[in-house]
Amino acid sequence: MANERYDVIVVGGGPAGLAAAEAAARGGAKRILILERDAKLGGILNQCIHNGFGLHYFKEELTGPEYAGRFIELVEKTDVEVKTDTMVLAVTPEKQVHAVNARDGYIVLDAAAVVLCMGCRERTRGAISIPGRRPSGVFTAGAAQRYLNIEGYMVGRRVVILGSGDIGLIMARRMTLEGAKVLACVEVMPYSGGLTRNIVQCLHDFDIPLYLSHTVTNIEGESRLTGVTVQKVDENRAPIPGTEMHFDCDTLLLSVGLIPENELSSGAGVEMDRRHSGPMVYENMETSVPGIFAAGNVVHVHDLVDFVTGESQRAGAAAARFAQSGPSPEGRVIEVKNGAAVTYTVPGRIRMANVEKTVEIFFRVNRVCGDSVIRVTDEGGAALASFKREHLAPGEMEHVSMPKVLLEKAVGAITVGVEEA
Amino acid sequence: MLDVAVIGCGIVGANVAYLLSQHKLRVAVLEKENDVSMGTTRANSAIVHAGYDPEPGTAMARLNVRGSALTKEQCAAFDVKYDPIGSLVLAFSDEELATVRRLYENGVANGVPGVRVLTKEETLAMEPNLSDAVRGALYAPSAAVVEPWDLALALAEAAVQNGAELHLETAVTGAEPIEGGWRLHTSGGDVDARAVVNAAGVESDTVAAFAGAPGFAVTPNRGEYYLLDKSQGGLVHHVIFQCPNKDGKGVLVSPTVHGNLIVGPNAEPAERGDTATCAAALAFVREKAAKSVPGVSFRDNIRNFAGVRANSDQSDFVIAATASGFITLGGIKSPGLSSAPAIAEDALKLLAEAGIPFEKKERFVCSRKKKRFNQMTPEQKAEAIRENPLYGRVICRCETVTEGEIVDALHRPIPPRTIDGVKRRCTAGMGRCQGGFCGPRVHEIIARELGIPQQEVLKDRAGSYIITGRTKEGGVSHGE
Repeated sequence: MANERYDVIVVGGGPAGLAAAEAAARGGAKRILILERDAKLGGILNQCIHNGFGLHYFKEELTGPEYAGRFIELVEKTDVEVKTDTMVLAVTPEKQVHAVNARDGYIVLDAAAVVLCMGCRERTRGAISIPGRRPSGVFTAGAAQRYLNIEGYMVGRRVVILGSGDIGLIMARRMTLEGAKVLACVEVMPYSGGLTRNIVQCLHDFDIPLYLSHTVTNIEGESRLTGVTVQKVDENRAPIPGTEMHFDCDTLLLSVGLIPENELSSGAGVEMDRRHSGPMVYENMETSVPGIFAAGNVVHVHDLVDFVTGESQRAGAAAARFAQSGPSPEGRVIEVKNGAAVTYTVPGRIRMANVEKTVEIFFRVNRVCGDSVIRVTDEGGAALASFKREHLAPGEMEHVSMPKVLLEKAVGAITVGVEEA
Repeated sequence: MLDVAVIGCGIVGANVAYLLSQHKLRVAVLEKENDVSMGTTRANSAIVHAGYDPEPGTAMARLNVRGSALTKEQCAAFDVKYDPIGSLVLAFSDEELATVRRLYENGVANGVPGVRVLTKEETLAMEPNLSDAVRGALYAPSAAVVEPWDLALALAEAAVQNGAELHLETAVTGAEPIEGGWRLHTSGGDVDARAVVNAAGVESDTVAAFAGAPGFAVTPNRGEYYLLDKSQGGLVHHVIFQCPNKDGKGVLVSPTVHGNLIVGPNAEPAERGDTATCAAALAFVREKAAKSVPGVSFRDNIRNFAGVRANSDQSDFVIAATASGFITLGGIKSPGLSSAPAIAEDALKLLAEAGIPFEKKERFVCSRKKKRFNQMTPEQKAEAIRENPLYGRVICRCETVTEGEIVDALHRPIPPRTIDGVKRRCTAGMGRCQGGFCGPRVHEIIARELGIPQQEVLKDRAGSYIITGRTKEGGVSHGE
């Protein structure tokens, strides 16, 4: 029996997958399918019950579930099919999708185009090797958030938070509002990894101290966590002896980074870009495997869902185009490199034949910069474009819009770099 | 009155209980923790040693070689993960080449099959990612990696199915001789038995002392480890040892049965229950490992852990009646895991000498089948889901563990009551996200299947609670 065939299969029904599927439908793709491992569409937004979503895209302030709800409604108005509670086990380079669920069993589906939207996962205690005991009470911030906001259970009473990423900050406020005492937020870097608005609204407003250039160096407790040691670190992030502070606490939340979840991408044979731990993507979010696209946190970790939406819509539209008219036309390919103070760029390569007017280039900086100029240069050293910014921070993704006419002038690869004034 | 009470249900206690349960005897196992395999059995290198380390003529040499062969048979019968990948002991100097030569001779004398000394070229051909400084190696094809906690669990379950009683959360606190046997004082009341087998691991000297002079002292020694992501599991294909020193077998690098890479351990004196890791020891492990395999990527670490060896002041294992009818299996250091089935055989001989009559049952459970979704072919997966739709619901996404496997585990003869208990039984939460995603779902499944409130589900040992109450009520009343 022949496998079921789709124009576009979207792996993941979070914000990226929803936007990609809806855009693919608008782009004229006929049979579109979303495969979602959870029981409901919406992904991680379902547990993000705080507000602040949608300021850029909808120009209004929504909660996570509301933001997801807008896109779920849009998808429901289309003919997009959805299979929830369905785990994708493999995507092949030939765009065969292997998945399981309780209703259909083991299914193999063929797709003209695939959009990978698996999101990311949290770094754990192991990833940063915090020494000490292994009691309960040590949670990744997202796991704690799920316990509180989805399951309705409190996870502790006296809390230390390691890492000042956005989820950690949000959880500092959430735990406080539920009556817990948040003793400290500890950040190993000399600056916070979270959005400024979250530092203000989640820490300052509740008088929670933020210890920059500090980390947790010991975990105590034979059964449940009983305390942690916090130490100041030097410029190489090594703990400085004599700076030990002890906190009696029953809970340690870890917000120490997110990692794009690319086991399926690797299996599909797509080229990975080590700069952002996700697939290398072209200007239209296509990966190195023709017809396999990727968008959202599976490519690079975003701080604002609004930008996930925009990127995923481009991926969905391009997937629909691929399904209808096949691979992109050949032509010049420009590599995009990261220069001074920039850690990565998305896209990694630009195919000029696909560029209509402009290309949005997204990137992050590796330190806090004041008044700065973002310069796009080519291999000949010519400055193709410069963009002024008053403030740049690692926690806030940046982007510049490069006009096609300027890209056409580039000699060889282009480089995005930042010069602080 | 019981015929035999076994104290402790790690790999040694489980082996003894399993052998006893094949006979017409009343047997009980007393375990102080809330699950089996909770001590050294769950935190070690998970290696079945070939048997070239122990000095020829020692009990250890005999038990290691016999025990490894029995372990292989047990793993086949009980469907326990076991992979005979073989081991290399690397030499980096003339002195270490001499050590390798001596180990080879030990191996031959101990009857270890297939041992051979390799040249530098042969060694590097076998393992291209080793340091170029290697001068040669001892190759032992019969060394294997195994899932120790699951082997102990499988044996303990079979013992329970064969009629042995298992009393969890039952700590033995004392013993007194009574007419025809022993009265054990435990946290769950007194237990009378004609004979006692002390398999209390790092506490084996404490327990022996309840009945008389133990004649040995445990000198607990901690080893710390890194467990790396599966993306690193292919870095080496054998267990890579360095030459043993006075503290043990040194830092090894090895694939695990699950396809991860394990790196460790160091050796340091420690308190009996102190399984903490510390920065200095982890740095030591990184440095030593780099000597054998320079390319280990510690960035891909998913977990650190530590185990405590039941070393003792004796050079050999202590396998003796430390009092009349009180058999102590003590100081079971490395290669204790490899030797355990043979140690249990010796224990039965000592029990027979103490007057316990051994009459074999006509029938007893001696095998187990385990469904592992992530090991199945697509056809087998389809079939498993047809039989039980819960096999179509993947709960642990990193290890692809289904709700079907978790529910099956919760209805086995020794049901887990904790998140870590489920992890040990079906690997849910053992992967790269370390239970971040599946933890809350496993939690819910445990509560549902066992019919207990979510608050009662623990992570690990008694007291390791996860949630403190419902939101709104619990939080507010306990805040400051």
